[in-house]
Amino acid sequence: MNIIVCLKQILDPDIPGRDFKVDPISKEAVRGAANLVTNIFCENALETALQCKEKNGAGKITALCFAPESGEDVLRKALAMKADEGVQVLNDGAPHPDPLLVAKTLAAAIRKIGTSDVVMVGRESGDWGVGQTGGLLAEELGVPYIGFVDHIEANGSGVKLKRQTDSGFEIVEANLPLVISITNDEHNVPRVPKTRDVMMSFRQTLTKWTLGDLGVSAAESYYEVAELAIPVKESSCEFVTGDTLEERVEQLAQRILAVKRAM
Amino acid sequence: MNIVICLFAKNGFDRAAQGVAGAGRRLADELGAKLQAVILGAADAAMMDATKAVADGVTIADHAALSDYQPELYLSAITQICQGLLPQAVLLSNDTYSQEMAARLAYRLGGSAAGDVVAINLHDGNVRAQRSVYGGKAVAVIELKRSPAVLWIRARAFDPAPAHSNSVEVNQAAITLPESKTRIVERKSEAVSEARLEDAQIIISGGRGLGGPEPFEELKAVAALLGGQVAASRAACDSGWCPPTWQVGQTGKKVAPQLYLAIAIHGASQHLAGMSDSKTIAAINIDKDAPIFKHCKFGIVEDYRKVVPLLKEKLAAANR
Ligand SMILES: Cc1cc2nc3c(=O)[nH]c(=O)nc-3n(C[C@H](O)[C@H](O)[C@H](O)COP(=O)(O)OP(=O)(O)OC[C@H]3O[C@@H](n4cnc5c(N)ncnc54)[C@H](O)[C@@H]3O)c2cc1C
Ligand SMILES: Nc1ncnc2c1ncn2[C@@H]1O[C@H](COP(=O)(O)O)[C@@H](O)[C@H]1O
Repeated sequence: MNIIVCLKQILDPDIPGRDFKVDPISKEAVRGAANLVTNIFCENALETALQCKEKNGAGKITALCFAPESGEDVLRKALAMKADEGVQVLNDGAPHPDPLLVAKTLAAAIRKIGTSDVVMVGRESGDWGVGQTGGLLAEELGVPYIGFVDHIEANGSGVKLKRQTDSGFEIVEANLPLVISITNDEHNVPRVPKTRDVMMSFRQTLTKWTLGDLGVSAAESYYEVAELAIPVKESSCEFVTGDTLEERVEQLAQRILAVKRAM
Repeated sequence: MNIVICLFAKNGFDRAAQGVAGAGRRLADELGAKLQAVILGAADAAMMDATKAVADGVTIADHAALSDYQPELYLSAITQICQGLLPQAVLLSNDTYSQEMAARLAYRLGGSAAGDVVAINLHDGNVRAQRSVYGGKAVAVIELKRSPAVLWIRARAFDPAPAHSNSVEVNQAAITLPESKTRIVERKSEAVSEARLEDAQIIISGGRGLGGPEPFEELKAVAALLGGQVAASRAACDSGWCPPTWQVGQTGKKVAPQLYLAIAIHGASQHLAGMSDSKTIAAINIDKDAPIFKHCKFGIVEDYRKVVPLLKEKLAAANR
């Protein structure tokens, strides 16, 4: 099974709220001192793909990233985690490209890469949290789509998937090719690459294409960001008081019971 | 002009469906449009009546192949129905299936989609959707540039639609279903007996600071004493201490109970994104600077291992 994993580079989602600022003109977050990182769900996807390959013992995993020059870091890390190849589509355009343009670009790259059985994306990105790339990509490629998958295995000529739902999970059988989005579970926490593999990753050559190479041009706008603001929502916490732990927990219990009584 | 709301027969006219209908009604009224409810699957009489009481028209697709959700079939059905109704906007709930379909539906209809929407507005005739971004650290207003606007919304956060007594036409959908290349062959629910986390009035939630699966048993006991339910942070779910369905946050359940007690949860923005609308937030955390306290009405800075057993005793005493 050949798998393409789409990886997005985003502003570190763990930066503390007090360091987070937005630019009201560009309607983007201000990068400041924050790092750029691989979106966590993309790493969950790569981990899922690696485990699938380890079990099947065959197939190729290609990491694909559409980003400015900096996106190279995402691909190096993917190679260090043991993806087989890295492909970068250089974005020298808009700071936050349209979801449809992203899907068209990824689809064009996927066609150019050639045979792939499964395309994996993350369930959503940690910056804009769009959560649409997988579905739009499936439509562009004209293949089915299953969201929120946390496990994949070969099943005859197709695959068997486990995916999360609101109330539990579902088992899905699917023909190939197919696009799936990956969500987190205890089994796909991304591995930490070995130091040696990190060093090795710098020796590998990445494939780099431009939008022009793929024949993709910005189409009509899908949507635009009209406003971006930081909400102010803080309350002041009253810490329970008392000389002993006993007294303080008593107060805690009373306050909880007061809320319950007022319900 | 039409606004379509997409409902699943299986869910009945639940709180989420009511929220979708309410959002649809307000948008339809603002645009002078008709509110068209589309029901996928075979609805019972109660759902039909409830839907007819709020919509201007109902289209039902109760083909045998649609009795349970199948991604390709449901998507094909709602697409064909929308191609007949030519809506300005299509509203869906924030369940798994709606999220899975929304972008693809927009693509097939030549429209654009936005998800996890908390407010819908019109601006020069264009639909604008408000949603939280950057893991809850910012709020964006997105202007949908193509029509229809396909929005999956935080359904339970929207007020229901007022009922009317007009007579409403029910149409059978004229559709042909394709052969599906994917098949959902098994469906499992984690805890069928429990009420939905989204509807819980009291939630006791645990994080990575609990250090293992066992303390969740203690949390369950506290929850039981209060008639509440247990939830968790992503870190706790990822550690395998509790099922993924317990996760609250940006990519978990969106809850708004009367009381949300966060135990050993740090208060990352992505967690807050799923529970900051709770009426009262309280926390037990060993670190007085944990950001969760910035959102609390009350709290205690202490090791949960000392607090929880005592708290359990005191709540049990109050129950007697
Ligand atoms: C794209 C994206 C989506 C995400 N979606 C979600 C989501 O939906 N839900 C979610 O929860 N997270 C989500 N996260 C993860 C989120 O950023 C945090 O990493 C996560 O919420 C941390 O969980 P935690 O607070 O349990 O763990 P930690 O951050 O490790 O915090 C543990 C807390 O426990 C306290 N503690 C430790 N020991 C004790 C003790 N003995 N007694 C009392 N207190 C103690 C510590 O002081 C600390 O505050 C997402 C992240 C990304 C990037
Ligand atoms: N620029 C990109 N390059 C590669 N993959 C992307 C890109 N943008 C989105 N994706 C993929 O789509 C998933 C969902 O992103 P989004 O739809 O933006 O929330 C991500 O987790 C990635 O797998």
